[in-house]
Amino acid sequence: MSQQVLFTRRGLLGYAGGGLLAGAMASLLGRDALARGGGAALGSRLHHSPRVRRVIHLCMAGGPSHLETLDEKPELARRDGEPMPESFTRGQQLAQLQGQALRCFAPQHPFQTFGASGQRISALFPSIGAHADRLCIVRSMTTDQINHDPAHTLMNTGSGLSGRPSMGSWTTWGLGSETQDLPGYVVLTSIGRGGQMQPIAARQWSAGFLPGRHQGVHLRSSGDPVLYARPPAGSSLEDQRRLVDATAALDRAEATRTGDPELATRIAQYEMAFRMQTSVPELMDLGDESRETLELYGTEGADGSYAANCLLARRLAERGVRFIQLYHRGWDHHGGIKRSMEITAREVDQATGALLTDLARRGLLEDTLVIWGGEFGRTPMAQGNGRDHHIKGFSLWLAGGGIDGGTSYGGTDELGYAAVDRPVHVNDLHATLLHLLGLDHERLLFRFQGRDYRLTDVAGRVVRPWLA
Amino acid sequence: MTGLSLLLLALVPGDGAASEDAVVSFDREVRPLLSDRCFECHGPDANAREAGLRLDEREGLFGTAHGVPVVAPGRPEDSVLFQRITDEDPLQRMPPSTSRHSLLAGEVDLLRRWIEQGAPWEGHWAWSAPQGSGAVDVDAHIDAALEAAQLEPRTPTDLRTLVRRLSWDLTGLPADLEDLRRLERGELALEGFVDQLLASPHYGERMTQHWLDLVRYADTVGYHGDQEWTVWPYRDWVLRAFNENMPFDRFTVEQLAGDLLPDATMGQRVAATYNRLNMVTFEGGSQPKEFLLKYAADRVRNYSSIWLGSTVGCAECHDHKFDPYTTRDFYALSAFFADIDEVGVYGNFQGRKVPPEMRVAYPADQARLDALARALVGAEREATVWDDDLREARALWERDLLDRARSGERREVEWVGASQGNGGRDQGDWRWDDSVRRGEVRTRVQQGAETVQHFFLGADRTLTLGEGDLLFAWVRIDPEDPPQELMLQFHRDGTWEHRAVWGGPRIPFGPVGQDAPARRPQGALPPVGEWVRLEVDPASLGLLEGSPVDGMAFTQFGGRVHWAEAGVETRVPDLVFGGLPPAARAALLAGEGERDSAQAAQLDARFLAETPLRAEQREALERARADHDALDASLPRMVATVSVAPREVRVRPRGNWMDDSGPVVQPAVPAFLPQGAFPTERRATRLDLARWTVSDANPLAARAFVNRIWRLLFGAGLAADPQDLGTQGGRPTHPELLDALAVEFVAGGWDVKALIRRLVLTRTYQRSSRLTPELAERDPYNRLLARQARFRLDAEFVRDGALASSGLLAATLGGPSVKPYQPEGYWAQLNFPLRRWRADAGEGLHRRSLYTFWCRTFTHPALLAFDAPSREECVSARNRANTPQQALVLLNDPSFVEAARVLAQAVVAREARPQERVAHLFERVLTRAPRAEEVALVLELVAAEQQRYVADPDAARALLAVGESAALDGPDPAELAAWTQAARLVLNTGEAVTRS
Repeated sequence: MSQQVLFTRRGLLGYAGGGLLAGAMASLLGRDALARGGGAALGSRLHHSPRVRRVIHLCMAGGPSHLETLDEKPELARRDGEPMPESFTRGQQLAQLQGQALRCFAPQHPFQTFGASGQRISALFPSIGAHADRLCIVRSMTTDQINHDPAHTLMNTGSGLSGRPSMGSWTTWGLGSETQDLPGYVVLTSIGRGGQMQPIAARQWSAGFLPGRHQGVHLRSSGDPVLYARPPAGSSLEDQRRLVDATAALDRAEATRTGDPELATRIAQYEMAFRMQTSVPELMDLGDESRETLELYGTEGADGSYAANCLLARRLAERGVRFIQLYHRGWDHHGGIKRSMEITAREVDQATGALLTDLARRGLLEDTLVIWGGEFGRTPMAQGNGRDHHIKGFSLWLAGGGIDGGTSYGGTDELGYAAVDRPVHVNDLHATLLHLLGLDHERLLFRFQGRDYRLTDVAGRVVRPWLA
Repeated sequence: MTGLSLLLLALVPGDGAASEDAVVSFDREVRPLLSDRCFECHGPDANAREAGLRLDEREGLFGTAHGVPVVAPGRPEDSVLFQRITDEDPLQRMPPSTSRHSLLAGEVDLLRRWIEQGAPWEGHWAWSAPQGSGAVDVDAHIDAALEAAQLEPRTPTDLRTLVRRLSWDLTGLPADLEDLRRLERGELALEGFVDQLLASPHYGERMTQHWLDLVRYADTVGYHGDQEWTVWPYRDWVLRAFNENMPFDRFTVEQLAGDLLPDATMGQRVAATYNRLNMVTFEGGSQPKEFLLKYAADRVRNYSSIWLGSTVGCAECHDHKFDPYTTRDFYALSAFFADIDEVGVYGNFQGRKVPPEMRVAYPADQARLDALARALVGAEREATVWDDDLREARALWERDLLDRARSGERREVEWVGASQGNGGRDQGDWRWDDSVRRGEVRTRVQQGAETVQHFFLGADRTLTLGEGDLLFAWVRIDPEDPPQELMLQFHRDGTWEHRAVWGGPRIPFGPVGQDAPARRPQGALPPVGEWVRLEVDPASLGLLEGSPVDGMAFTQFGGRVHWAEAGVETRVPDLVFGGLPPAARAALLAGEGERDSAQAAQLDARFLAETPLRAEQREALERARADHDALDASLPRMVATVSVAPREVRVRPRGNWMDDSGPVVQPAVPAFLPQGAFPTERRATRLDLARWTVSDANPLAARAFVNRIWRLLFGAGLAADPQDLGTQGGRPTHPELLDALAVEFVAGGWDVKALIRRLVLTRTYQRSSRLTPELAERDPYNRLLARQARFRLDAEFVRDGALASSGLLAATLGGPSVKPYQPEGYWAQLNFPLRRWRADAGEGLHRRSLYTFWCRTFTHPALLAFDAPSREECVSARNRANTPQQALVLLNDPSFVEAARVLAQAVVAREARPQERVAHLFERVLTRAPRAEEVALVLELVAAEQQRYVADPDAARALLAVGESAALDGPDPAELAAWTQAARLVLNTGEAVTRS
C-alpha cells in the first residue's frame, strides 16, 4: 500500500507541480512517507545524527559455542563430567538433549589474553584477538528460538514468524542507498567443513511487506554472482544498451500517453539493471587487489570462501552498499566440537581479522558497524562430544563506528548457562544497530494490515554502554 | 489507512476545514480514529488497558470515569474524552506525549463535532450481516459517489484495451487475436466473449493462482531443510472446482472439512488437504509440542485471513489490540483443527514422507484399478487350477527331485556374480574392479583401515538352504595389505545374527570370543595372494530354520581384499531359489509322510511356479500383476487430512508453548460474532466450523470473498485491505455496494462466475484507465473509480504472457509441478538433503507458471522478482514493486530470451515486409498496432542489430541457441537474431507487463 502511495504521490507531483497539493499529501501520508525522488534518489528517514553509514553482519550460522569462542568458564572445566546441577536446567527448553542425562562438558579450547584491554578470547582466534581493543564483547545475549530456522528469522527480522522484513531491508528502507550501481543490501554465503551445513532460507533477506526493492540481493559465488545479471549468449553489452535505450524510449512515450508514473520509475530501474551488468563483474574481479591484501585475507580470488567474501564485503562497503551480510554455514557442532571448532575457527579467524584491519586502514571502520555472532549459543552440557543448541545465554562482538572498543558487556552464570548479568535480547541488539545508523527503532514504523510494525516488534532498548 | 477517510473528505468540494454541519459518521470517521490513536491502551486487550477505560465498546464509550461521562452526547466540554484530548497540561493530555501517537487539530475538531451532534454510535460495518436486496446496480453506486464528489468519470476504453484487460483478468493470458477480430467484425458480442473466457480452462488457472496465494500452497514444507512433499492434487482440485464453477460455500466446506462429510468422495478428501498446507519441520532437535502449536497458530491465521478477513493471529499472545478477538477466541478457533492427525516434527528427511498420506484415485482411476485387481485375482486362479495332467506332472517332479537329492552331483549355484543380481538394496561401497577377475567374472575390491563392509538386503531372489548344502564366497587377499579378519554375514527374518569369521577377532559384530551361530569361528585367515573359496555349513549358522536368506554382507577388518562370486553348493539347485521355506524344502526331501498341510501347499506352489504346463497362465498372471502395479504406482500419494481423537487445547499465556497454566478450551467461533446454529450440546468439529463459516451467521466470508474478486478486477478492494476488514483495515469506499454484492452473491448460490460476469459487464469496469491531471489531483488512489486501474501483471502472468505471445506455451492442465529454467546453483543453500534443480525436458519448460515447482525457502527467482510470495503465509494482496531485478529477468532470463526468439521466428515466417513484421509483433504482445514513430524506432534497432550480427555470425547463432526449443532452420541467422532483439524490446516494455 505504501509503495502505491509513494508512486502515486510522485505522479501527483508530476502533474500538480508540488506546491499546495504536495503539502496536503505530505500531511496525509504522515510520518511514514517522507519525500523520495526517483528510484535512484537518496531518500532518508534519519531521526538523529548517525554514527555509522553501513553495517557488516558476519553471521556464524549454526550457532557458535560461546564456551569455545568468547565466554571463558573455568568452573565448567572443573565440573567436567559431573551432572549438570538441576537448578540450572529445570523447566528449561532443550533441543536434541531432551530426556537425556545432562552432564557438564569442559570448554575444549584454552582462552588467552589479548590487547591492552586484556580481553579474554579463545586461543583459536588470534587474528580476531589482535583487534581486541576494537571489540565490544557481549556475553549476555539471549534469544527465544531454539531451532535454526526460526532463530535466524528472529535474528534477522525481530520475530520468529515468517513474513517480516529483515534488518537489512529496514535499514535501506530507512536510509536509502548510497550507490547507484549496486543494490543497497547484499548477502554472501559460504560453507564450511567443520559442521553440518545450515540451510539458509531466502526469507532471511526478504523485504517482507516493505517495498520489494529493499530485498537483499544474494551475491553468489558460483554461477552468475547476481541472478540474471549476465546478458544472454550472443547479446553484448552494446546490444543490451541499445535494447535498454529503445525500451526507455517506448516507455517514455507510453508514460506521456497514459500519465502512468510507474513508467518513470521503471526507466530508472532499467538503468540500474544495466549498470549492474557491469558493476557486478567489476566488483567480483579481485584483479586490482594487491598480493599483500589477498594474503592478508588468505584468499586467491572470488572462490566463495568466507575469506573471499570478507574481501568482497570490504569492496561492497567501499562502493556504498548499506547492509552487507556474510553467512558462514558451518557452526552447528552437535558432535566432535573440539576438532570442528579448530576447523571452523581457522576458516573464519584470519579473514575476519583481515577485514577489520583493512577497513581500519582505509578509514572505513569508523563509519561501519561490524557484528560477529550466530543465531544462538551452545549448551554447557555435553551432547556426546559436542554441544546442543542453547538460547539462554550466548556471545557476540561488535566493532567499528560508535562502538566502545576493548570492553566487555554482561555475562553468564559460572557454568555459562544463563545470561545473568545485564541480559540482552535480540530486539535490543536491533534497537542499538538502528540507533547507530541514526534511526529510532520506535519511530521506524511501517503500517501493514492495520498495524504499525517495527524491526524490534514490541520490545527492544538501545544498549547505551556499548557506545563510545 | 486513516489517510483514506481524510482523503475522501478532501474530495468533497470546498475541502480543508470541514463545515460545522457536515454529519460526522461514527463508523467511517470516529471509530477508525479512536482505533488508531486510542485502542492500544483503551481497547480490547485487557492486559494493556489503562485506567480501566475501554473505548472500543459502546458501554465503555458511554460509561463514566470517576463519575464523569466519558462521552456526554451533545456536550463535549462535559466529556472526559474531549477534556483529556484538549487538556492544556501536556502531562494530562491524551495521547500521552511519550507514546508515538498524537491528534491533529482537525481530528480533535472531528471528535468535538461528533459529540456535539449527539454522539451517534454505530457498530463496526463488517460485524453485522450485510444489508441489501434485489439486483445490484454497480454503476449507480459508483456514479452516485462520483457525482457527489463532482468527479467526471473517464470515457469507455477502446475495444482492444478492453479485450486485453478481460483476457488478463479472467485468464491471466494475453488476448486471442482471432477473438479480437470476431469482436471487431461484430461476429462476437462482448457478453459472448466474456462467457467464452469464463468457460476457458485458463479461467480456472487464473483463479487458482489467486487462491494458492491465500492458502499458501507450495511444493515444499517450508521450515529448515524445506523438504519436498506431494500436495499438487490439491492444486488440481482447486483448478477443477473453479472451472466447474463449484459454489463458493461448497468450495469452502470441502476444503475445511471435506474428509468429515458423510461418504466423503475422493475429491472432498483431496480438498481437505487444505488443512495440512501449513509449513512443517523436519529439523532434528525441534520440540514436537512447540511445533504443533506453531502449526495450530498457522491454521488460525490462515483460516481467519481467508474467511473472516481478520487478523485473529494477533490474539495468539494477547487479546487483539483493535478488534474484539480475545486470546481465548484464538485458541478456541485452533481447537477445531486439533483432530488433524499429525506430528510436530517429521523424521527421515530422505524418505520425504509427511504422514498420513493417501493414494489419490478418482472414480475413473479407481474403477480401472478395481478392474485390474479383479483380473489379477482371475489370473491367479487360472494359474493354480489343478487337473489330472498336472497331478501326474507334480508326482514326476517330486520323484525326480528326490532322486537327485539322494544320489546327484553337488553343483555351485551363484547368488552374487558379476553383479549383485538379487534385487536387494546395495549398501556400503560396492566397488567393482573390472581389472581383477576370477576367470571371466569381475570382482569387488574392498579396503579400509578398520571395519569395512559391503552388503545387500531385501533380496527378491532369496536363498533356501538345506541339509548337505555348503555356503561359499571367493576371496583373494592382497599380500601387501592383508586384513586381520574376514566375515560373512547372512540376513533372514530381520536379523544379521548369522556370522562366520576367519582370523580376528577384530570386527566388533556379534558375540566376540564365543562360538555360536551369531559368530562362528572358521579358523585362521586363508593364504594370501591367491583365490580361496571360503566355505560354511549353513546349519552351523542356524540358517535351516525360519524364512529364506535375503541378505549377505562381506566384511573385513583392515587390509585390501578382492571379493568374487558367492553362493551355495547343493544337490538340488532347483530348490535354492523361489522362496520355499527351509522347513518345507526339508519336508519335501523327507518324503510325503513327513509334511503338514501348510508345507504340502508350499510345495504345490513351488511346483506351479515352474511347471511348463502352466507357463502360459503364469505369463498372463505376470502381465496382470504388472498392469495393476503400474497403475497403482502412477497414482500420487499425497499429504492427507485424517481426523483422529482431538488433542487437548489450552490457552497459552503470552503464546508461550511451555506454559500449561491456561484453561482448556473447546472449539468455538469468536464469541462476539453471531453464533447462528452452532452446536452447543456436543464438541464442535471442523465441519461445524465450515458450515458456520458459510452460514448467514457469519457476516465476513462473503464480504471478504467479494472484496477480493473486486480487487482482481479493479486493482484495489472496495475495502482497501482485503486481509483486514477490522477496525484498522479501512472502511470500504462504497460500503453499501460491497454489502449489496455480498448479499446478491450468497442469494445467487455463491456463484463465482456469475459474480465476475456481472462485474466485468459494468460501465465502471469498462472505463479507460488513462490518468488525467484532474483525477491525479482529486483522487490519486482512484478510490472513487472514475477510471479503471493500471497495474503490473502478477509474476506468473508476466512469464505466461511472453510464452503465450510467442506460441511456446504448453496447454496441458494440472499434474505434478514442473521445473522450467532456473539459474544454476540457486538451490545451493538448501540442505537435508542437498538438492539440485534439474530443469525439465520438453513441455515442462513451457507450462504456465502456476505449475512451477514452488519451493518456499527458494522460490523461483524470476517469480520472486515480480513479487510472487514464498507461500509461507496467506497473501491477499501482493506487493507491486518496481525493481532492477525485474528488468534483469525480462532482459536475461532464458525463458524470456527463448520466447523472444520463438516470437521472432513466427513474425519473420509470417510477414516479409519489415513494417508488417513490427505490426504483427505489436499485435501479438500488446494487442494493438504500432504507431509510426514506434515502427521507426523498432526498425532502427533491427537495422543496427542486423549489421552487428552480419559482422559476427557466431554471436547470432549463440543468441538463437538460447533455450531448448528448436530454432528455425532456413532464415538468415543475422536477420533472425536482429528480430529476436526486436521481440525482446517489445517484451521488455512496461506496456507488455501492464494490465490497463
